[in-house]
Amino acid sequence: MMKILMLGWELPPHNSGGLGVACLNMARALSKQGVDIDFVVPYEAEHPEINFMTIHSATHLDPIYRYGGGAYESLRLLEKIIPSIDKNKLVSIRDVQKSYCEFINDYLMDYKPDVVHAHDWLTFEAGVLAKKNYGLPLVAHVHATEFDRAGMHAGNPLIHEIEYEGLMMADKIIAVSEATKRIIHDRYKIPLNKIDVIYNSLDDDYATSDYHFEEDSYGYLKKLKSKGYTVVSTVGRFTVQKGLSHFMHGAALAISKNPKLIFVFAGDGEERNELINMAADLGISKNVIFTGFIRGKRLRDIYAISDIFVMSSVSEPFGLTALEAAHHGDCLILTKQSGVSEVIWSAMKYDFWDKQKLADEILAIVDNPALRETLQNNVRHEYLKITWNQVAKKCLKVYNNVKHKRN
Amino acid sequence: MRAICLYLHIHQPVRYRQYSIFDVGSNSNYFYDDYNGRQSNERIFHKVARKSYRPMLDLLEQNVARYPGFKVSLSITGTWLDQAEKWGPEFIAQIKRMVDTGQVEIVGETYYHSLAFFYNRDEFDQQVKMHAQKIKELFGVTPKVFRNTEFAYNDQLAKWADDNKYIGILAEGWDKILGWRSPNYVYQPFGCNNLKLLLKNYRLSDDIAFRFSNRGWNEWPLTVPKYQRWLNDDCLRGPLINLFMDFETFGEHQWEDTGIFDFMKTLIPNWLNEYDNKFVTVSEACELMPPADVVSMPDTVTWADTERDLSAWLSNSMQHSAMHDLYAMRDKILSTNDQQLINDWRYMTTSDHPYSMCTKYWNDGDVHAYFSAYASPYESFMYFENVIRDLEYRASIILDRNV
Repeated sequence: MMKILMLGWELPPHNSGGLGVACLNMARALSKQGVDIDFVVPYEAEHPEINFMTIHSATHLDPIYRYGGGAYESLRLLEKIIPSIDKNKLVSIRDVQKSYCEFINDYLMDYKPDVVHAHDWLTFEAGVLAKKNYGLPLVAHVHATEFDRAGMHAGNPLIHEIEYEGLMMADKIIAVSEATKRIIHDRYKIPLNKIDVIYNSLDDDYATSDYHFEEDSYGYLKKLKSKGYTVVSTVGRFTVQKGLSHFMHGAALAISKNPKLIFVFAGDGEERNELINMAADLGISKNVIFTGFIRGKRLRDIYAISDIFVMSSVSEPFGLTALEAAHHGDCLILTKQSGVSEVIWSAMKYDFWDKQKLADEILAIVDNPALRETLQNNVRHEYLKITWNQVAKKCLKVYNNVKHKRN
Repeated sequence: MRAICLYLHIHQPVRYRQYSIFDVGSNSNYFYDDYNGRQSNERIFHKVARKSYRPMLDLLEQNVARYPGFKVSLSITGTWLDQAEKWGPEFIAQIKRMVDTGQVEIVGETYYHSLAFFYNRDEFDQQVKMHAQKIKELFGVTPKVFRNTEFAYNDQLAKWADDNKYIGILAEGWDKILGWRSPNYVYQPFGCNNLKLLLKNYRLSDDIAFRFSNRGWNEWPLTVPKYQRWLNDDCLRGPLINLFMDFETFGEHQWEDTGIFDFMKTLIPNWLNEYDNKFVTVSEACELMPPADVVSMPDTVTWADTERDLSAWLSNSMQHSAMHDLYAMRDKILSTNDQQLINDWRYMTTSDHPYSMCTKYWNDGDVHAYFSAYASPYESFMYFENVIRDLEYRASIILDRNV
């Protein structure tokens, strides 16, 4: 039986984003293929619904401290954001990573997995340590690079360095899309044949779980729809990576042709105030709604009430939200810079900067029921074809490929 | 007697560019893209001219001159002729020289390579007339044999051709229709008196048109002796081999480095070398022998895909809606009497447009995607509808002025 040590940073329900969900689904599918998984997280907490693998805690920290507030925020800022936080327990993310490495070093003294599988830069140092000190084959899984997070500009130099070392030392790299593979190659000069692309899939539970659109939620949007409005939504963190200012300009162009459009920006982030201002400057505040951060059912309700979902990212390693929106019957408009646009064909596509084309595509879907119908019907056949089972099979291939490199 | 009837189809659509909704009402140059743009008709014409029209027309002309027994039939769409007049008038002159020898015959069809037969019979009649006039004007001949766009054929079409005094009509030799019968005979279309039906020998045609350069094909490489053996074997099923294919097979679908030109250069004299072998034009083929049987095709059969139906052009709701919107505005467009506007509208009837909206195999990224001028079927439809809106707008302006 193949033994895998997986290095992660979060697992549901203690996740802040898609990384934890992807790790969980991947591990579950792998264990179904007979893989024995030990999964390390940097905090201590219960994971009541996970019984197919062993979860190890690298520290005794509560889950909320694991990012140390994130790589970009100072401790002082963090105190401001979360007043309830215990100052004495507040450590920087570098401290957490250090403890994580120490734990891995101790752990590997007694336990020797076949392959170490590390997820994103957060755990790359620990992965490199496993390879250096114990000669274990290392698979580096890239869900996002620092270039993605920084909107394709240079990001945090320290993170670049850690990312670079992990990618250089890895025996094999898994990228979540061709776009990510390109970045790894172009920016870090890693040879292409060292990088395999394995696309993410929709959460297994997502498609099968019971969901009923709640009639009362977003009643305002429902009312507008009954008056002939079309709802266009986007979901995500309001950061430079998501290309939302281009989207806002595209929205203004579309509204200039058809005022019966409502744009929903679901999420939150540092660009929020700028976006609110921009909507006002463009004179479209009445057509733009900010929901704030939403998740779970309230998020699904947004997908359900929307007619069109836009992924406007300047760079998006994969873009799972597009598959979620498709599941709820939205027509998709994706930037060519998103990983998901590599696997979904039944969608309108544009370059993130091309606001006129975005407006064209929105207006075309609104004005042509035939286009809407064809997009909706065809995407249904597509997103269900991508499964975690396939992801696991491809990971297994990678493991088999590198496991002899153990020395 | 054994005869090859070689028929080649020459066509280019006039492509609409990525025409934005923000252009509607202010800029009507749908058919003009920057030279390096994806939908630049001029660039595409030059590219295909270099790879296919020039070398293949030269090859045909040389063989016509060298071998009086070599014959070929061409169908040339009006949309191709319009573009050749601008960007390759020498090709028209060359075809004219060949027609003058009597060894090259021109086949009739719709001017705009449209599926008008299935939408508007008046429009269809008019486009066929326009094409015949253009052929007469450029080449001095009148087509006697008809082919409909994409070989879309049914009994009604045959009846129409019979009523309009054509002597022959071309169609796909599809097994489901023919059953045990061979395509190597002349047939009589159901319900017709004088019209003859010529059926494409799709196996031997596709060996050249589709499979020639396919290294995964167990018969690759296809040599002239091997192909001639197949021709001889197939003649046991009947003496007439109808090789019908796109002109662009030579040089564009099968590139020069596959050896396709050398193959033809050798095949033609080798075939003629054998006793009793000849080439015939389509009308000569019709006269060759009495009909072997009556063939009926109540449902439309085409030469596309494995289904051989119209689904590549008309299956999803975008295609239906695009064609519906287009033909619904015909009366309004014609009532303007504005020749430029009417011609622009007719350019939109070309079958390549709905073909580029096909999503049947789109997800597999196959032949439809490869040959499309647009990034996706959805984009093609989007730009098509924008053009429709502008045509509508132009018509309204003219009609309002006339009131």
